[in-house]
Amino acid sequence: MSIVKFSNVQKSFGPHKIFNGINLEIMPREVVVVIGPSGSGKSTLLRCINALESIEDGDIRVDGYSVKGGRNDIRNIRLEAGMVFQQFNLFPQMTALENVMFGPMRVRKATRRDARELALALLEKVGLSERANHYPAELSGGQQQRVAIARALAIRPKLMLFDEPTSALDPELRQEVLKVMQTLAEEGMTMVIVTHEIEFARKAGTRLLFMEGGKIAHDGTPGELLTNPPSERLRDFLQHVV
Amino acid sequence: MSFDWSAVIAALPQLLQGAELTVFIAAIGLILGISVGMLLGMLRAFGPMPVNALVQVYVAFIRGTPLIVQIMFIYFALPILMHVRIQGVTAGIIAIAINSSAYVAEIVRGSLLSISKGLTEAGLAMGLPFWKVLVFITGPLAFRRLIPPLGNQCITSLKDTSLLLVIGVSELTFTGQEIIADNFRAVEIWSAVAMIYFVMLSAVGLFWQYVERRMPIL
Repeated sequence: MSIVKFSNVQKSFGPHKIFNGINLEIMPREVVVVIGPSGSGKSTLLRCINALESIEDGDIRVDGYSVKGGRNDIRNIRLEAGMVFQQFNLFPQMTALENVMFGPMRVRKATRRDARELALALLEKVGLSERANHYPAELSGGQQQRVAIARALAIRPKLMLFDEPTSALDPELRQEVLKVMQTLAEEGMTMVIVTHEIEFARKAGTRLLFMEGGKIAHDGTPGELLTNPPSERLRDFLQHVV
Repeated sequence: MSFDWSAVIAALPQLLQGAELTVFIAAIGLILGISVGMLLGMLRAFGPMPVNALVQVYVAFIRGTPLIVQIMFIYFALPILMHVRIQGVTAGIIAIAINSSAYVAEIVRGSLLSISKGLTEAGLAMGLPFWKVLVFITGPLAFRRLIPPLGNQCITSLKDTSLLLVIGVSELTFTGQEIIADNFRAVEIWSAVAMIYFVMLSAVGLFWQYVERRMPIL
Protein backbone atom coordinates (compact mmCIF):
# COMPACT_ATOMS: atom_id res chain seq x y z
CA MET A 1 0.00 0.00 0.00
CA SER A 2 1.59 3.24 -1.13
CA ILE A 3 1.95 6.24 1.18
CA VAL A 4 2.01 8.78 -1.66
CA LYS A 5 0.10 8.28 -4.89
CA PHE A 6 -0.01 10.69 -7.84
CA SER A 7 -2.77 9.82 -10.33
CA ASN A 8 -2.68 11.63 -13.64
CA VAL A 9 -1.70 14.96 -12.03
CA GLN A 10 -2.08 18.06 -14.19
CA LYS A 11 -0.76 21.47 -13.26
CA SER A 12 0.04 24.75 -15.00
CA PHE A 13 1.41 28.11 -13.97
CA GLY A 14 -0.66 30.47 -16.08
CA PRO A 15 -0.52 29.33 -19.68
CA HIS A 16 2.58 27.25 -18.98
CA LYS A 17 1.85 23.57 -18.48
CA ILE A 18 4.05 22.11 -15.75
CA PHE A 19 2.70 18.60 -15.30
CA ASN A 20 0.81 16.75 -17.95
CA GLY A 21 -0.33 13.57 -16.31
CA ILE A 22 2.13 12.55 -13.60
CA ASN A 23 1.71 9.10 -12.11
CA LEU A 24 3.86 8.06 -9.20
CA GLU A 25 3.61 5.75 -6.22
CA ILE A 26 5.87 5.93 -3.20
CA MET A 27 5.96 3.08 -0.70
CA PRO A 28 6.66 3.37 3.03
CA ARG A 29 10.37 3.35 3.90
CA GLU A 30 11.39 4.40 0.42
CA VAL A 31 14.04 7.12 0.16
CA VAL A 32 13.20 8.80 -3.12
CA VAL A 33 15.76 11.23 -4.49
CA VAL A 34 14.49 13.60 -7.17
CA ILE A 35 17.04 15.17 -9.51
CA GLY A 36 16.76 17.16 -12.70
CA PRO A 37 17.66 20.48 -14.28
CA SER A 38 16.26 23.67 -12.79
CA GLY A 39 12.75 24.39 -13.97
CA SER A 40 12.04 20.71 -14.51
CA GLY A 41 9.31 20.73 -11.87
CA LYS A 42 11.00 18.79 -9.09
CA SER A 43 10.32 21.33 -6.32
CA THR A 44 6.78 21.76 -7.57
CA LEU A 45 6.29 17.99 -7.49
CA LEU A 46 7.38 17.97 -3.84
CA ARG A 47 5.25 20.97 -2.89
CA CYS A 48 2.17 19.40 -4.45
CA ILE A 49 2.44 16.47 -2.04
CA ASN A 50 1.59 18.62 1.01
CA ALA A 51 -0.67 20.98 -0.94
CA LEU A 52 1.60 24.03 -0.76
CA GLU A 53 0.93 24.02 -4.51
CA SER A 54 -2.50 23.15 -5.82
CA ILE A 55 -3.12 20.82 -8.73
CA GLU A 56 -5.64 21.27 -11.49
CA ASP A 57 -6.60 17.78 -12.38
CA GLY A 58 -5.96 14.25 -11.25
CA ASP A 59 -5.33 13.50 -7.58
CA ILE A 60 -2.58 13.07 -5.04
CA ARG A 61 -3.27 10.90 -2.04
CA VAL A 62 -1.08 10.81 1.03
CA ASP A 63 -1.86 7.89 3.31
CA GLY A 64 -5.37 7.90 1.87
CA TYR A 65 -6.03 11.64 2.32
CA SER A 66 -6.52 13.64 -0.86
CA VAL A 67 -4.94 17.04 -1.58
CA LYS A 68 -8.32 17.88 -3.09
CA GLY A 69 -10.24 16.63 -0.08
CA GLY A 70 -10.69 20.03 1.55
CA ARG A 71 -9.39 21.57 4.74
CA ASN A 72 -9.44 18.46 6.91
CA ASP A 73 -7.67 16.21 4.44
CA ILE A 74 -5.01 18.82 3.79
CA ARG A 75 -4.46 19.30 7.50
CA ASN A 76 -4.05 15.55 7.94
CA ILE A 77 -1.64 15.36 5.04
CA ARG A 78 0.46 18.15 6.51
CA LEU A 79 0.53 16.44 9.88
CA GLU A 80 1.87 13.31 8.20
CA ALA A 81 4.37 15.02 5.91
CA GLY A 82 7.12 17.05 7.55
CA MET A 83 8.77 19.61 5.29
CA VAL A 84 12.31 20.97 5.17
CA PHE A 85 12.98 24.04 3.01
CA GLN A 86 15.99 25.28 1.09
CA GLN A 87 15.99 28.53 3.10
CA PHE A 88 15.42 26.77 6.47
CA ASN A 89 12.53 29.16 7.33
CA LEU A 90 13.08 28.93 11.08
CA PHE A 91 10.93 31.34 13.07
CA PRO A 92 13.44 34.10 13.87
CA GLN A 93 11.74 35.30 17.05
CA MET A 94 12.02 31.87 18.67
CA THR A 95 15.04 29.98 19.96
CA ALA A 96 16.01 26.65 18.41
CA LEU A 97 14.17 24.90 21.25
CA GLU A 98 11.04 27.04 20.84
CA ASN A 99 11.07 26.42 17.10
CA VAL A 100 10.99 22.67 17.70
CA MET A 101 8.42 22.94 20.51
CA PHE A 102 6.11 25.08 18.39
CA GLY A 103 4.60 22.28 16.27
CA PRO A 104 3.87 19.86 19.11
CA MET A 105 2.24 22.62 21.17
CA ARG A 106 0.26 24.45 18.49
CA VAL A 107 -0.55 21.58 16.17
CA ARG A 108 -0.44 18.43 18.27
CA LYS A 109 -1.77 20.10 21.44
CA ALA A 110 1.05 18.69 23.57
CA THR A 111 1.64 20.17 27.01
CA ARG A 112 4.59 22.51 27.39
CA ARG A 113 6.46 19.89 29.37
CA ASP A 114 5.98 17.10 26.84
CA ALA A 115 6.81 19.40 23.95
CA ARG A 116 10.00 20.49 25.69
CA GLU A 117 11.06 16.94 26.38
CA LEU A 118 10.41 15.90 22.79
CA ALA A 119 12.18 18.99 21.41
CA LEU A 120 15.26 18.40 23.54
CA ALA A 121 15.42 14.78 22.41
CA LEU A 122 15.14 15.81 18.76
CA LEU A 123 17.77 18.52 19.11
CA GLU A 124 20.05 15.91 20.62
CA LYS A 125 19.33 13.63 17.68
CA VAL A 126 20.48 16.33 15.24
CA GLY A 127 23.47 17.09 17.46
CA LEU A 128 22.41 20.52 18.69
CA SER A 129 21.62 20.07 22.38
CA GLU A 130 24.09 22.78 23.35
CA ARG A 131 22.52 25.25 20.95
CA ALA A 132 18.95 24.80 22.18
CA ASN A 133 18.67 28.32 23.55
CA HIS A 134 20.23 30.12 20.61
CA TYR A 135 18.22 32.13 18.13
CA PRO A 136 18.38 31.19 14.43
CA ALA A 137 20.48 34.28 13.67
CA GLU A 138 23.12 32.96 16.07
CA LEU A 139 23.40 29.60 14.28
CA SER A 140 25.30 28.60 11.15
CA GLY A 141 23.34 27.58 8.07
CA GLY A 142 24.03 23.92 8.72
CA GLN A 143 22.86 24.23 12.30
CA GLN A 144 19.73 26.09 11.24
CA GLN A 145 18.88 23.38 8.76
CA ARG A 146 19.36 20.69 11.40
CA VAL A 147 17.00 22.59 13.71
CA ALA A 148 14.55 22.77 10.81
CA ILE A 149 14.76 18.99 10.43
CA ALA A 150 14.12 18.56 14.16
CA ARG A 151 11.18 20.96 13.91
CA ALA A 152 9.66 18.92 11.07
CA LEU A 153 10.20 15.65 12.97
CA ALA A 154 8.52 17.11 16.06
CA ILE A 155 5.06 16.83 14.53
CA ARG A 156 5.74 13.10 14.27
CA PRO A 157 5.37 12.77 10.50
CA LYS A 158 5.21 9.48 8.62
CA LEU A 159 6.94 11.05 5.66
CA MET A 160 9.59 13.74 5.26
CA LEU A 161 9.84 16.09 2.30
CA PHE A 162 13.14 17.86 1.62
CA ASP A 163 13.27 20.72 -0.86
CA GLU A 164 16.93 21.23 -1.79
CA PRO A 165 17.95 21.11 1.87
CA THR A 166 21.65 21.74 1.23
CA SER A 167 21.52 24.14 -1.71
CA ALA A 168 21.85 27.24 0.47
CA LEU A 169 24.80 25.84 2.41
CA ASP A 170 28.57 26.08 2.05
CA PRO A 171 30.10 22.77 0.98
CA GLU A 172 31.62 22.10 4.40
CA LEU A 173 28.27 22.60 6.14
CA ARG A 174 26.41 20.27 3.80
CA GLN A 175 27.84 17.10 5.28
CA GLU A 176 26.41 17.69 8.77
CA VAL A 177 22.93 18.04 7.25
CA LEU A 178 23.34 15.06 4.93
CA LYS A 179 24.54 12.95 7.84
CA VAL A 180 21.36 13.68 9.80
CA MET A 181 19.30 12.82 6.72
CA GLN A 182 21.18 9.60 6.20
CA THR A 183 20.53 8.57 9.80
CA LEU A 184 16.83 9.22 9.23
CA ALA A 185 16.89 7.12 6.09
CA GLU A 186 18.60 4.28 7.95
CA GLU A 187 15.92 4.43 10.64
CA GLY A 188 13.33 3.69 7.96
CA MET A 189 11.76 7.13 7.54
CA THR A 190 9.98 7.54 4.22
CA MET A 191 11.65 10.45 2.47
CA VAL A 192 11.29 12.42 -0.74
CA ILE A 193 14.34 14.56 -1.39
CA VAL A 194 14.84 17.12 -4.13
CA THR A 195 18.57 17.69 -4.35
CA HIS A 196 21.69 18.01 -6.45
CA GLU A 197 23.69 15.79 -4.08
CA ILE A 198 24.37 12.84 -6.35
CA GLU A 199 26.69 11.15 -3.88
CA PHE A 200 24.00 11.28 -1.23
CA ALA A 201 21.50 9.77 -3.69
CA ARG A 202 23.88 6.89 -4.29
CA LYS A 203 24.56 6.30 -0.60
CA ALA A 204 21.18 6.88 1.04
CA GLY A 205 18.60 6.71 -1.76
CA THR A 206 16.58 3.61 -2.53
CA ARG A 207 15.05 5.15 -5.62
CA LEU A 208 16.01 7.89 -8.04
CA LEU A 209 13.72 10.01 -10.18
CA PHE A 210 15.13 12.11 -13.01
CA MET A 211 12.74 14.87 -13.98
CA GLU A 212 12.81 16.82 -17.17
CA GLY A 213 10.27 19.20 -18.67
CA GLY A 214 7.64 18.33 -16.07
CA LYS A 215 7.90 14.61 -16.69
CA ILE A 216 9.50 11.83 -14.73
CA ALA A 217 11.99 10.87 -17.42
CA HIS A 218 13.63 8.04 -15.48
CA ASP A 219 12.58 6.10 -12.42
CA GLY A 220 14.91 3.47 -11.03
CA THR A 221 17.45 2.64 -8.36
CA PRO A 222 20.35 5.06 -7.88
CA GLY A 223 22.73 2.21 -8.61
CA GLU A 224 21.46 1.48 -12.09
CA LEU A 225 20.62 5.04 -13.15
CA LEU A 226 23.88 6.57 -11.93
CA THR A 227 26.20 3.82 -13.08
CA ASN A 228 24.56 3.30 -16.45
CA PRO A 229 22.55 6.38 -17.37
CA PRO A 230 19.89 5.14 -19.80
CA SER A 231 19.78 8.37 -21.80
CA GLU A 232 22.17 10.89 -23.27
CA ARG A 233 20.27 13.60 -21.40
CA LEU A 234 20.80 12.04 -17.95
CA ARG A 235 24.46 11.30 -18.70
CA ASP A 236 24.91 14.92 -19.72
CA PHE A 237 23.09 16.19 -16.61
CA LEU A 238 25.18 14.04 -14.27
CA GLN A 239 28.38 15.27 -15.83
CA HIS A 240 27.39 18.85 -15.14
CA VAL A 241 26.24 18.31 -11.58
CA VAL A 242 29.07 16.21 -10.21
CA MET B 1 11.68 93.38 24.31
CA SER B 2 11.98 91.14 27.34
CA PHE B 3 10.59 87.66 27.86
CA ASP B 4 7.90 87.88 30.50
CA TRP B 5 8.07 84.65 32.48
CA SER B 6 5.17 85.65 34.67
CA ALA B 7 2.86 85.49 31.62
CA VAL B 8 3.93 81.89 31.03
CA ILE B 9 3.48 80.93 34.66
CA ALA B 10 0.06 82.52 34.79
CA ALA B 11 -1.03 80.72 31.61
CA LEU B 12 0.44 77.36 32.56
CA PRO B 13 -2.55 75.80 34.36
CA GLN B 14 -4.82 76.60 31.43
CA LEU B 15 -2.25 75.41 28.87
CA LEU B 16 -1.78 72.15 30.71
CA GLN B 17 -5.51 71.65 30.69
CA GLY B 18 -5.40 72.11 26.93
CA ALA B 19 -2.51 69.66 26.72
CA GLU B 20 -4.54 67.14 28.67
CA LEU B 21 -7.36 67.36 26.14
CA THR B 22 -4.83 67.10 23.31
CA VAL B 23 -3.47 63.87 24.80
CA PHE B 24 -6.97 62.54 25.41
CA ILE B 25 -8.13 63.13 21.83
CA ALA B 26 -4.91 61.80 20.34
CA ALA B 27 -4.88 58.70 22.56
CA ILE B 28 -8.48 57.66 21.96
CA GLY B 29 -8.27 58.59 18.28
CA LEU B 30 -5.07 56.59 17.83
CA ILE B 31 -6.31 53.53 19.72
CA LEU B 32 -9.34 53.44 17.44
CA GLY B 33 -7.35 54.39 14.34
CA ILE B 34 -4.62 51.80 14.92
CA SER B 35 -7.14 49.03 15.64
CA VAL B 36 -9.18 49.77 12.55
CA GLY B 37 -6.01 50.35 10.52
CA MET B 38 -4.62 46.94 11.49
CA LEU B 39 -7.80 45.23 10.39
CA LEU B 40 -7.87 47.18 7.13
CA GLY B 41 -4.17 46.45 6.53
CA MET B 42 -4.78 42.74 6.95
CA LEU B 43 -7.71 42.89 4.54
CA ARG B 44 -5.52 44.74 2.06
CA ALA B 45 -2.76 42.18 2.38
CA PHE B 46 -4.79 38.97 2.42
CA GLY B 47 -8.45 39.85 1.88
CA PRO B 48 -10.56 38.71 -1.06
CA MET B 49 -10.73 40.95 -4.10
CA PRO B 50 -13.97 42.97 -3.48
CA VAL B 51 -13.10 43.76 0.17
CA ASN B 52 -9.56 44.61 -0.83
CA ALA B 53 -10.77 47.05 -3.47
CA LEU B 54 -13.20 48.67 -1.04
CA VAL B 55 -10.45 49.26 1.51
CA GLN B 56 -8.22 50.62 -1.25
CA VAL B 57 -10.87 53.21 -2.12
CA TYR B 58 -11.26 54.17 1.56
CA VAL B 59 -7.52 54.64 1.96
CA ALA B 60 -7.24 56.63 -1.27
CA PHE B 61 -10.10 58.88 -0.22
CA ILE B 62 -8.82 59.60 3.29
CA ARG B 63 -5.24 60.13 2.16
CA GLY B 64 -6.43 62.19 -0.78
CA THR B 65 -8.23 64.86 1.23
CA PRO B 66 -6.75 67.30 3.78
CA LEU B 67 -7.32 66.48 7.43
CA ILE B 68 -8.64 69.97 8.05
CA VAL B 69 -11.35 69.40 5.44
CA GLN B 70 -12.20 66.06 7.05
CA ILE B 71 -12.53 67.80 10.42
CA MET B 72 -14.79 70.49 8.97
CA PHE B 73 -16.86 67.86 7.19
CA ILE B 74 -17.38 65.75 10.29
CA TYR B 75 -18.20 68.76 12.48
CA PHE B 76 -20.28 70.90 10.13
CA ALA B 77 -21.53 68.71 7.25
CA LEU B 78 -22.18 65.36 8.90
CA PRO B 79 -24.70 66.77 11.43
CA ILE B 80 -26.72 68.23 8.55
CA LEU B 81 -26.63 64.99 6.58
CA MET B 82 -27.47 62.75 9.51
CA HIS B 83 -29.55 65.06 11.68
CA VAL B 84 -27.38 64.59 14.75
CA ARG B 85 -25.52 66.98 17.02
CA ILE B 86 -21.86 66.23 17.34
CA GLN B 87 -19.54 67.63 19.98
CA GLY B 88 -16.20 69.13 19.01
CA VAL B 89 -14.20 66.61 21.02
CA THR B 90 -16.12 63.69 19.53
CA ALA B 91 -15.64 65.08 16.03
CA GLY B 92 -11.94 65.45 16.78
CA ILE B 93 -11.58 61.87 17.97
CA ILE B 94 -13.46 60.57 14.92
CA ALA B 95 -11.33 62.67 12.57
CA ILE B 96 -8.05 61.50 14.11
CA ALA B 97 -9.27 57.88 14.16
CA ILE B 98 -10.39 57.84 10.53
CA ASN B 99 -7.37 59.74 9.30
CA SER B 100 -4.79 57.62 11.11
CA SER B 101 -6.55 54.36 10.21
CA ALA B 102 -5.88 54.94 6.51
CA TYR B 103 -2.18 55.50 7.05
CA VAL B 104 -1.86 52.64 9.52
CA ALA B 105 -3.59 50.33 7.02
CA GLU B 106 -0.82 50.97 4.52
CA ILE B 107 1.89 50.56 7.16
CA VAL B 108 0.40 47.25 8.29
CA ARG B 109 -0.01 46.00 4.73
CA GLY B 110 3.62 46.83 4.02
CA SER B 111 5.02 45.06 7.04
CA LEU B 112 2.83 41.99 6.60
CA LEU B 113 3.89 41.63 2.98
CA SER B 114 7.54 42.14 3.90
CA ILE B 115 7.59 38.96 6.00
CA SER B 116 9.19 36.15 4.00
CA LYS B 117 6.63 33.87 2.38
CA GLY B 118 8.77 30.95 3.45
CA LEU B 119 7.82 31.50 7.09
CA THR B 120 4.13 31.32 6.23
CA GLU B 121 4.80 28.14 4.26
CA ALA B 122 6.74 26.65 7.17
CA GLY B 123 3.74 27.28 9.41
CA LEU B 124 1.23 25.95 6.88
CA ALA B 125 3.37 22.89 6.20
CA MET B 126 3.04 21.96 9.89
CA GLY B 127 -0.71 21.78 9.51
CA LEU B 128 -1.60 25.16 10.99
CA PRO B 129 -4.48 27.06 9.39
CA PHE B 130 -3.52 30.41 7.84
CA TRP B 131 -5.02 32.52 10.63
CA LYS B 132 -2.95 30.71 13.26
CA VAL B 133 0.21 31.26 11.23
CA LEU B 134 -0.72 34.96 11.21
CA VAL B 135 -1.44 35.09 14.94
CA PHE B 136 1.55 33.10 16.19
CA ILE B 137 4.29 33.61 13.60
CA THR B 138 4.01 36.26 10.90
CA GLY B 139 1.81 38.73 12.82
CA PRO B 140 4.22 39.17 15.75
CA LEU B 141 7.14 39.50 13.31
CA ALA B 142 5.27 42.07 11.25
CA PHE B 143 4.43 44.00 14.43
CA ARG B 144 8.12 44.47 15.14
CA ARG B 145 8.57 46.06 11.73
CA LEU B 146 5.55 48.18 12.44
CA ILE B 147 7.08 49.90 15.44
CA PRO B 148 9.07 52.71 13.75
CA PRO B 149 6.31 53.83 11.35
CA LEU B 150 3.70 53.42 14.09
CA GLY B 151 5.76 55.75 16.26
CA ASN B 152 5.76 58.21 13.38
CA GLN B 153 2.00 57.97 13.07
CA CYS B 154 1.45 58.62 16.79
CA ILE B 155 3.63 61.72 16.60
CA THR B 156 1.90 62.98 13.47
CA SER B 157 -1.59 62.38 14.85
CA LEU B 158 -0.81 64.07 18.17
CA LYS B 159 0.35 67.16 16.31
CA ASP B 160 -2.65 66.94 13.98
CA THR B 161 -4.98 67.54 16.92
CA SER B 162 -3.86 71.19 16.77
CA LEU B 163 -6.01 71.53 13.65
CA LEU B 164 -9.07 71.04 15.84
CA LEU B 165 -8.77 74.69 16.77
CA VAL B 166 -10.80 75.39 13.61
CA ILE B 167 -13.85 73.82 15.25
CA GLY B 168 -13.16 75.42 18.61
CA VAL B 169 -12.00 72.38 20.57
CA SER B 170 -10.04 73.73 23.53
CA GLU B 171 -6.95 71.61 22.99
CA LEU B 172 -3.47 73.04 23.49
CA THR B 173 -3.12 75.22 20.37
CA PHE B 174 -6.63 76.65 20.69
CA THR B 175 -6.02 77.38 24.37
CA GLY B 176 -2.79 79.21 23.54
CA GLN B 177 -4.55 81.31 20.95
CA GLU B 178 -7.31 82.20 23.40
CA ILE B 179 -4.81 83.29 26.03
CA ILE B 180 -2.94 85.47 23.55
CA ALA B 181 -6.20 87.10 22.47
CA ASP B 182 -6.45 88.15 26.10
CA ASN B 183 -2.92 89.19 27.05
CA PHE B 184 -1.17 89.76 23.69
CA ARG B 185 1.96 87.88 24.92
CA ALA B 186 2.49 85.99 21.61
CA VAL B 187 6.19 85.26 22.14
CA GLU B 188 5.79 83.82 25.62
CA ILE B 189 2.65 81.81 24.99
CA TRP B 190 3.64 80.32 21.61
CA SER B 191 7.03 79.41 23.10
CA ALA B 192 5.29 77.69 26.00
CA VAL B 193 2.88 75.91 23.66
CA ALA B 194 5.77 74.71 21.48
CA MET B 195 7.68 73.44 24.53
CA ILE B 196 4.68 71.55 25.87
CA TYR B 197 4.21 69.86 22.47
CA PHE B 198 7.90 69.07 22.37
CA VAL B 199 7.83 67.43 25.80
CA MET B 200 4.72 65.37 24.95
CA LEU B 201 6.11 64.25 21.61
CA SER B 202 9.47 63.35 23.13
CA ALA B 203 7.63 61.14 25.58
CA VAL B 204 5.84 59.43 22.69
CA GLY B 205 9.18 58.93 20.93
CA LEU B 206 10.77 57.47 24.06
CA PHE B 207 7.85 55.13 24.58
CA TRP B 208 8.24 53.63 21.11
CA GLN B 209 11.98 53.46 21.55
CA TYR B 210 11.38 51.40 24.68
CA VAL B 211 8.95 49.11 22.85
CA GLU B 212 11.46 48.59 20.06
CA ARG B 213 14.19 47.72 22.54
CA ARG B 214 11.94 45.04 24.00
CA MET B 215 10.90 43.78 20.55
CA PRO B 216 13.80 44.36 18.17
CA ILE B 217 13.21 44.05 14.45
CA LEU B 218 14.28 40.62 13.18
